[in-house]
Amino acid sequence: MSKPRVATVWLDGCSGCHMSLVDLDERLLDIFGRADLVYGPLVDVKEFPEDVDVCLVEGSVSSEDDLERIFKVRERTKVLVAFGDCAVTSNVPGMRNPIGVQPLLECAYIENADINKGIPDRIIPRLLPTSQPINRFVDVDVFLPGCPPHADLIYTLLDDLLAGRTPEVAGARFGR
Amino acid sequence: MSTVHTLTIDGRDVAGNEGQTIMEVAEENGIDIPGLCHLPGLHDRGACRLCVVEIEGSPKLAAACVTQIAEGMHVTAHSEKLEDHRRAATEMIFLERNHVCSVCVANNHCELQDLADELRVTHFDLPRISPAVGIDASHRLFAIDHNRCILCLRCVRACDEIEGAHTWDVMHRGLETRVQTDMGIPWGESPTCTSCGKCVQVCPTGALFEKGRPVASGSKTKRPFLPWLRVHQEERGL
Amino acid sequence: MSEPNNAARPIRRPNQEIHDGPVRASAYVCEAASCMSLQAHEITVRLAEATADAGMSDVAVKRVGCMGLCAAGPLVKIPQTGELFSAVTLDNLEPIVQALDKVTDASARLPLGPFFEHQVRVVTENFGEIDPESLDDYVARGGYEALGRVLAEMTSTQVREEITRSGLRGRGGAGYPTGLKWTTVAKAAGTQKYVICNADEGDPGAFMDRSVLESDPFRVLEGMAIAAFAVHATEGYIYCRAEYPLAVARLRGAIRQAQKAGFLGQGIANTSFAFDVQIRLGAGAFVCGEETALIASVEGKRGTPRPRPPYPAVEGLNGCPTLINNVESLANVPAILRNGSEWYAGLGSGKSKGTKVFALAGRIVNTGLVEVPMGMSLREIVYDIGGGIVDGRLFKAVQTGGPSGGCIPAQFLDMPMTYEALIEVGSFMGSGGLIVMDDTSCMVDVAKYFMDFCRDESCGKCVPCRVGTTQMWMLLDKITRGKADLIDLAQLERLAGVVQRMSLCGLGQGAPNPVFSTLRYFRDEYMAHILERRCPAGVCEIEALAQHAEVPA
Repeated sequence: MSKPRVATVWLDGCSGCHMSLVDLDERLLDIFGRADLVYGPLVDVKEFPEDVDVCLVEGSVSSEDDLERIFKVRERTKVLVAFGDCAVTSNVPGMRNPIGVQPLLECAYIENADINKGIPDRIIPRLLPTSQPINRFVDVDVFLPGCPPHADLIYTLLDDLLAGRTPEVAGARFGR
Repeated sequence: MSTVHTLTIDGRDVAGNEGQTIMEVAEENGIDIPGLCHLPGLHDRGACRLCVVEIEGSPKLAAACVTQIAEGMHVTAHSEKLEDHRRAATEMIFLERNHVCSVCVANNHCELQDLADELRVTHFDLPRISPAVGIDASHRLFAIDHNRCILCLRCVRACDEIEGAHTWDVMHRGLETRVQTDMGIPWGESPTCTSCGKCVQVCPTGALFEKGRPVASGSKTKRPFLPWLRVHQEERGL
Repeated sequence: MSEPNNAARPIRRPNQEIHDGPVRASAYVCEAASCMSLQAHEITVRLAEATADAGMSDVAVKRVGCMGLCAAGPLVKIPQTGELFSAVTLDNLEPIVQALDKVTDASARLPLGPFFEHQVRVVTENFGEIDPESLDDYVARGGYEALGRVLAEMTSTQVREEITRSGLRGRGGAGYPTGLKWTTVAKAAGTQKYVICNADEGDPGAFMDRSVLESDPFRVLEGMAIAAFAVHATEGYIYCRAEYPLAVARLRGAIRQAQKAGFLGQGIANTSFAFDVQIRLGAGAFVCGEETALIASVEGKRGTPRPRPPYPAVEGLNGCPTLINNVESLANVPAILRNGSEWYAGLGSGKSKGTKVFALAGRIVNTGLVEVPMGMSLREIVYDIGGGIVDGRLFKAVQTGGPSGGCIPAQFLDMPMTYEALIEVGSFMGSGGLIVMDDTSCMVDVAKYFMDFCRDESCGKCVPCRVGTTQMWMLLDKITRGKADLIDLAQLERLAGVVQRMSLCGLGQGAPNPVFSTLRYFRDEYMAHILERRCPAGVCEIEALAQHAEVPA
């Protein structure tokens, strides 16, 4: 039997959750001895693969690109984990929600720009009106709050999932 | 002389004096009933509804902080249904304004955050309201971030009932409700504010905070009570 | 009930002249708010001038209160013949003048018509008969008889017993036994007690209390005085919303006249009983109809409710025992004491005694005010009295009880209108607003409308109401835009249960009711919005389907 296929996805977040994942240190060897890491910022694969068993999604859904990706991830994943506060609550990316997209872009690219003032209209994906947690768009199987979730919690979660247990992540909380 | 009543809370036999609330008796007996507007020493107002309990024979839920005990009362303070209701109320509080624990001065020193932890609220299903609300940083020592205000009105009560200044009050209604200083003028211009800091001390979240404190440093328990009173007096040469 | 007898008493004419001679014919012009909005007062003046110009010295013109048939206003009635002129304008007064000219002692009386025939008038007995601004008119129709008898012949205990035996229940909505409330206040410890008349009527589609205050204000004052005697109160307040300027003006005038005539103040009716009334105006907050919020507002504080107990009957205004009754409850009191509790208990059905005033609104022919015995079927009210649905369309539902009430579907048209029966079908008597809906109404939209009302009127004190009503509104809005899925519906139902059970006062506890009742009877409409993205009534604007699920703005 082949090993479970694990993917990680980085949407609108600071990559801190991935840093925390890397903080598993030697336990990474244990986890990825039992599973294959098939996609993520730490893997050089361009396309999100089919038949993913577990996917950790960091970050909130803020752009059209994020939206497209989260739907694809959901379609191709058995157990989808909202990984960290941005994915769970929209957290820091959501702080722009009361401001509105246009004033936000003007503030960032015109008012506070020293050179090349102007809102980019190419290459960068278009922002959605608000930044939302992923469970606003797709079903989420496991929520792991935390900014970032502690490496121990990530280990417990992955350990449970890989062993086929329902994850029981005591101690996960918003913030921290 | 007062009459002693015996009752049960979650099946435990407890006793209290007539006039005591269910919350007080529960606290005395180490039974934890959550509550965000409740703070010993201030008048209770039964507004956050997190402390609702079931009383045998009553069809309605009662707020433990404002319901007086009675002889032979059977109180259920914890049940699956109550926890579910409390989770929903906690969720409502989180979604009403813009709570971002990770960048909050009260991170890890926040009663709302603790409550979510205690009730195992790990995510939100209800709609998020996210209104655009402001920050008043006009005061020399403190600031209020309305994004984090849960309208428990501890500040209003502490200012009125303990400091006696009544600088804080409430304006507007419904979702528009805001705490305000002196009929809505900036806090820094308030002629009634004594800068005692009691409001900051009693705030359960990071809404009211001391200026200059970085994220997650808003611990109130580790500081001597009301240090600002001393600072303020020294500055004024008192 | 006595027939109008104008021959014997002076009629006040709008130009302030007193008409002392014998009256052959009279024109009663409705000067309640609805007709007033269509120049009823100008009609009174012009009619008086026209009859005077025509040399009809034996014709009187006077203003009266609401006749009930508001849809057909402005209304002018000739009481001698029963002729009713509807939709009167300043340009078509001539037919009225001619009709007045023709009246003789031998004139035949016209039948009343179905709108009036099916009604039983107790609270509204003087409506359309007396000048609401005239104490003399009120007294001439038996006004202050009851108070006089109470003070002269009865003890306060006897008065309370009489009210208890009558079976009168609170007309503000909840139906709490009035006699029991009076007894609680009377027996509560304390020397200072208050009577408050709750005239903060705010349910959408309800205007019963406004009509009572505009059409027969003395009746409410008499009811309050009797209540004060029964519960040993010496001070009274009428808490009326400022949006009722005519009602407030008439109340002010009535209080002044009653004080002058010795029906208010010290030594009422030459006895040692003293009682006075002040008006307090509400500043446009629906929640101030809730009794603890009302008391806070009267005290000059922020109008927010507080948890009960203690109930106001024990700890109310200024911490003193306080009786709070609705306008209509108090307006019943003089009639009960005049005609006896047995008479009153003989009206109505089961545990719902007496009559109820309903405000008919919505898609009904005879929009207006009606009073019927409790227990009359909904069908009789809607079809026999109300004249059925506008344009002969299909009856769909009637909404009762305002934002805390529910929708009653067609299958219950034959149910009796009693407190119990209404609760059984998931609605609520409320203050008496009946909003009739036909197949052009979308029930999800109706639920959304009431939720919008509640979220706007939430005082903001407790979390479930302040936040939950807005969240429910957001979900309903999403459904009406065709953007919701079944998970949203499940969240709506969960939220409704939590808000109902956790809210502090009746506003929040009742706010989910329109959702519950529309879900109970019209779940298929919700499903059509969600699954088929279609509004069966064609009311909601279903938005084009985005490529993906909705991103909240």
